[in-house]
Amino acid sequence: MATRRDFLRGCAGVAVAAAAGAVAEPARARETYKVPPEALGLLYDATLCIGCKACVAACKRANDNPPEFSTPEQLWDTPLDTSGYTYNIIKAYRSGNGATKDAETDGYAFMKTSCMHCADPSCVSACPVSAMQKDPVTGIVAYDPDACIGCRYCVVACPFGIPKYQYDSPTGRIGKCELCRHRHKDGHYSACAEVCPTGATLFGATSDLLAEAKRRLALKPGSTATFPRGHLRPGQERLLAGGEDGKGLRRRQGWRAEPDQNYEAVVGNYVQHVYGETEYGGTQVLKLSAVPFEKMGQPSLPPTSSAASSETIQHSLYGGLIMPVVVLGALAFVARRNVVPEDDGAGHGKGEDKR
Amino acid sequence: MSSHPHAAPAPVGGSLINTTTLVVGALVALMAGIILYRLIYGLGAVTNLNDGYSWGIWIAVDVVIGSAFACGGFSVALLVYIFNRGHYHPLVRPALLASLMGYTLAGVGVIFDLGRWWNVWHMFWPGYWNPNSVMLEVALCITAYVFVMWIEFSPVFLEKLGRTDIKGKLEKVLFFVIALGVLLPAMHQSSLGTLLVVAGQQVHPLWQTPALPLIYLLTAITMGYGVVLFESCVASSAYRRSIETHLLTPLAKVMLGVLAAYLVVRVVDLLWRGALGLAFAPTREALFFWLEMAAFVAPFFIVGSAAARANPAKLFLAGIAIMAGGTLLRLNGFLIGFDTGPGWNYFPAAPELLVTLGMFAAEVLGYIVITRRFPVLPREDAVPATL
Repeated sequence: MATRRDFLRGCAGVAVAAAAGAVAEPARARETYKVPPEALGLLYDATLCIGCKACVAACKRANDNPPEFSTPEQLWDTPLDTSGYTYNIIKAYRSGNGATKDAETDGYAFMKTSCMHCADPSCVSACPVSAMQKDPVTGIVAYDPDACIGCRYCVVACPFGIPKYQYDSPTGRIGKCELCRHRHKDGHYSACAEVCPTGATLFGATSDLLAEAKRRLALKPGSTATFPRGHLRPGQERLLAGGEDGKGLRRRQGWRAEPDQNYEAVVGNYVQHVYGETEYGGTQVLKLSAVPFEKMGQPSLPPTSSAASSETIQHSLYGGLIMPVVVLGALAFVARRNVVPEDDGAGHGKGEDKR
Repeated sequence: MSSHPHAAPAPVGGSLINTTTLVVGALVALMAGIILYRLIYGLGAVTNLNDGYSWGIWIAVDVVIGSAFACGGFSVALLVYIFNRGHYHPLVRPALLASLMGYTLAGVGVIFDLGRWWNVWHMFWPGYWNPNSVMLEVALCITAYVFVMWIEFSPVFLEKLGRTDIKGKLEKVLFFVIALGVLLPAMHQSSLGTLLVVAGQQVHPLWQTPALPLIYLLTAITMGYGVVLFESCVASSAYRRSIETHLLTPLAKVMLGVLAAYLVVRVVDLLWRGALGLAFAPTREALFFWLEMAAFVAPFFIVGSAAARANPAKLFLAGIAIMAGGTLLRLNGFLIGFDTGPGWNYFPAAPELLVTLGMFAAEVLGYIVITRRFPVLPREDAVPATL
């Protein structure tokens, strides 16, 4: 019969092993990553958006995606949300009689939904086979269908609901905005920003876009100011980067020459918050709005990422496989003493009952 | 001790073709047909999966809950080999068989949930690995554990085949295989909980906590004991064998001990995070939280007394209560308390449910075939069986 001492020894063995493992790999919290210094992104200014959806059409074309229908006639591309075939969409907010643009009550407003290109993306942390990767320089969160196994953990993980799967296809893949990285080599930047007639969607380096966003927040609502369109122009980059040799110039090299598209517009009545500056450690796509972001379907997120929490747990337990190996050693040691040959042994009383 | 000390395992015998096997066989065939259809026409053709609920019951039930149901082998091995409670030994083989079936099917079944299943080998190819991914750890651990369990179980087949030479060699290293068979499920059962951490606030605060690995591990162990109670009672009644009460009674006490530890962890965590207040809000989540807690607390009322623990019907009920609690905990985290945003709904489609049913049917079929033909259950004189 097993004795109480044996039992306690078993308990002690496992406890000591677990403690040893915990000491060997002290639980170091993994910090939330920051936006890379040369990161690229978008600035979406809801007060400039006129809801023309040129960006939605351009995104479809640039990514070679089929139209999606939501009307009985099935004539126009009318997606209601992002999907495995729609990476960018403009949604509308409406309140009361919907009379006034950008008014929280009795008003309407537009909001762009597309990948935020997080500093510390949940999808990248979640993907078991490295099909979601964040470029170390541009910070673009890119998807590789050839690596993807279609487990859809990225879909589950993303707080913005961005990676989407093509359920209607036997060979479905994940669809999400990759900032038109496939067009960069030809000098083209994100199609949505390229076609935006009002500069509501602006392409550029995230650090410059953040400075531009803060410039707008400091402007007097209702006054007139100059707004860039397309991507941040060299002059503005120089200004923002602090001079002729600033990093702005270097960054814009490679983009196609475009005429200056600055224009005068009325400054919106902004909520004093750049959405994406701090959320989950920051995102490379930044947003400005006159209607509170929560009402515009933007989740309020803490400054620390869930990827950091998840990886802290995971690496505290399994970092370097130290803890599993130590525990395995202890288990094997204990089991070795307790395992007796099974071969009819139990019946013949050769087993542990004799102890 | 008992009047049946360690009867050697022996095949139950009897016919493999009867009503039960025909019914479960038909369910398995139906599942195979639906899976074939899914492979040709895609996931959307047979499931109600959507981007708000990209994981449906094939993950939440077949894998997360199914593998926890299959923790009998793990929990009993922990008791017998690590805590040296040798008298539970007759429970090892039947528990291990149920685990073997559950895990093998969960492992194979999950492939059909993969949207790009032909790439599944990337999971096992280090060049693709992302060591930060909780799912990578879960997948590798489950796969390794399936192999470990087949090795642990192989003496059953070797005995049948009369290959005592191989069996003798295997037994020299069996202690190591058993150690792995305790480590691996401890790792991935906890990680099945950690899977949810990266989803952040999409998971309701009642089920989103850094303590998820511990919560899932402790409940998996108690569910393992609950399943053994359940399965022993069912096998005894279906095969008209005497119930191993002398083993199940003390096992139920062990189960209550682990369960008590779990409940302490669960409540302290909720208080620590200040989330317990949400359990009193008039929400669907709160309702399901209390259902879950009720199922976990019920065993203390059902088999709390020594007398009740000697009653097979009560042991059976307690086993079911634990399984229900663990099921609700997992359903709550993965589906009911999971919210990606407004506008998303999910309820499994009929073919989806039939596949899940087929998975459990396949487990039952495997269990029947193997216990009837191979030495798993302790030898007994009574034979006439109807199952």
